[in-house]
Amino acid sequence: MIPSFWRKIRYRYNLTGTKCENCGRIYHPPRNICPECRRKSSITEVDLGDRGELLTYSIVHDAPESFKLQRPYVIGLIKLESGVVVTSQISCKPSELRIGMKVKAVFRKYGEDGEDGIIYYGTKFVPCEE
Amino acid sequence: MVGIVSYGTYIPRYRIKVEEIAKIWGEDPESIKGGLGIYEKSVPDIDEDTVTISVECAREAMKRVSLNGSEIQAVFVGSESHPYAVKPTATIVGEALSIDSFFHSADLEFACKAGTAGIQNCIAMVESGMIRNGLAIGSDTSQGAPGDPLEYSAAAGGAAFVIGSENVIVEIKDTLSFTTDTPDFWRREGQPYPSHGGRFTGEPAYFRHVSTASIEIMKRNDLEPEDFSYAVFHMPNGKFPVRVARNLGFSSKQIEQGLVVRYIGNTYSASSLIGFCAILDVAKPGDRILLTSFGSGAGSDAFIIEVTENIESYDRNQSVWKKIERKEYIDYGMYAKLRRKIRMG
Ligand SMILES: [Zn+2]
Repeated sequence: MIPSFWRKIRYRYNLTGTKCENCGRIYHPPRNICPECRRKSSITEVDLGDRGELLTYSIVHDAPESFKLQRPYVIGLIKLESGVVVTSQISCKPSELRIGMKVKAVFRKYGEDGEDGIIYYGTKFVPCEE
Repeated sequence: MVGIVSYGTYIPRYRIKVEEIAKIWGEDPESIKGGLGIYEKSVPDIDEDTVTISVECAREAMKRVSLNGSEIQAVFVGSESHPYAVKPTATIVGEALSIDSFFHSADLEFACKAGTAGIQNCIAMVESGMIRNGLAIGSDTSQGAPGDPLEYSAAAGGAAFVIGSENVIVEIKDTLSFTTDTPDFWRREGQPYPSHGGRFTGEPAYFRHVSTASIEIMKRNDLEPEDFSYAVFHMPNGKFPVRVARNLGFSSKQIEQGLVVRYIGNTYSASSLIGFCAILDVAKPGDRILLTSFGSGAGSDAFIIEVTENIESYDRNQSVWKKIERKEYIDYGMYAKLRRKIRMG
């Protein structure tokens, strides 16, 4: 668990995707190769932007033990300004949710491996007040 | 001249009122509000801590001047609530800000003045030419034991400053520190809540250190209180900064703008800094500001700051007072859960 999380840490901390310069497609999570262009793919990293729109969401009531304090929590599909769609936890109360609402990326705690374990951080979204 | 290139702040959106806490402990809310000069305080969400607050305020500071992570060569995070005892907060903050890995970093601790200590470190490193820009953050999610008077004031928030020498919005004209061994407030390793030395907290600690540092820095710069547009002092409650300002000869008009403690509580390492940012939100070129922090144990860092023309074109839309207004009240039950005061089975 720890090594796999650590390797992808920069993509969890920031909304970074990969772009295939050959066809222009943007991928998130990032890919080393473009599945459309295969050998012709030319991959660069791109910043996906921190604002987006909530496409849909689900409210999770039956939370695992480690999410007990966050119950119920919200998982949403967010369309970023760059057009890329990402799945993320939305840190807000279910009553605040509205499809099409503007959201922005924030840096939050994901969880921790008990009281003596590592703490996991990454991107979540919150309703955008402006 | 070394100064501040940009700043950012973060205040969690939850608030708890003094009435709500007083109700649980059977105390009179009016006498507490009158005695402490605090009406409500900020509370972090379940997924917020000193790391996340540091990242949020630093991101705002960098975004305001479109600064890249690669332009920062040092990160200092001052806090008394670092989530790890061993593993620096600054390492996580640096990664989240995409700072090129060749950067100097350290976590600082000095009760409520660790944030200003970071600013001093950055000033020295910029002045010596070691770095071009440094990031100094004061951030805390402080706790008081349930039922302790500290529970009414211990709050959460953060402030971040990019210190450099190009395009500065304010120049830092002078800084000094005053430090003594004073047992006013402490927390032993492994203890969840701090202890305080009762009568040690006022005169010999806060008042002596804040006054001495402020008087000395004014004296060596030939300045009097009336030479300043604004002053901001550490705010452990709403009474101490008002009294120390009056004792030093500052008017209430000079400190009003930075007096944020009544509505967000004592944000520890961020306390005087969030007040200072509230002043920067409205400051005009030529304004002179006195900033004096205080950290128990005990010490004070004082700064003389002068606002430059660059502040006119600087992005100050997300003001501190706007963030203070953006809030949602919670009850004591929710507060106890968020602050993990409930022992889980
Ligand atoms: Zn392609």
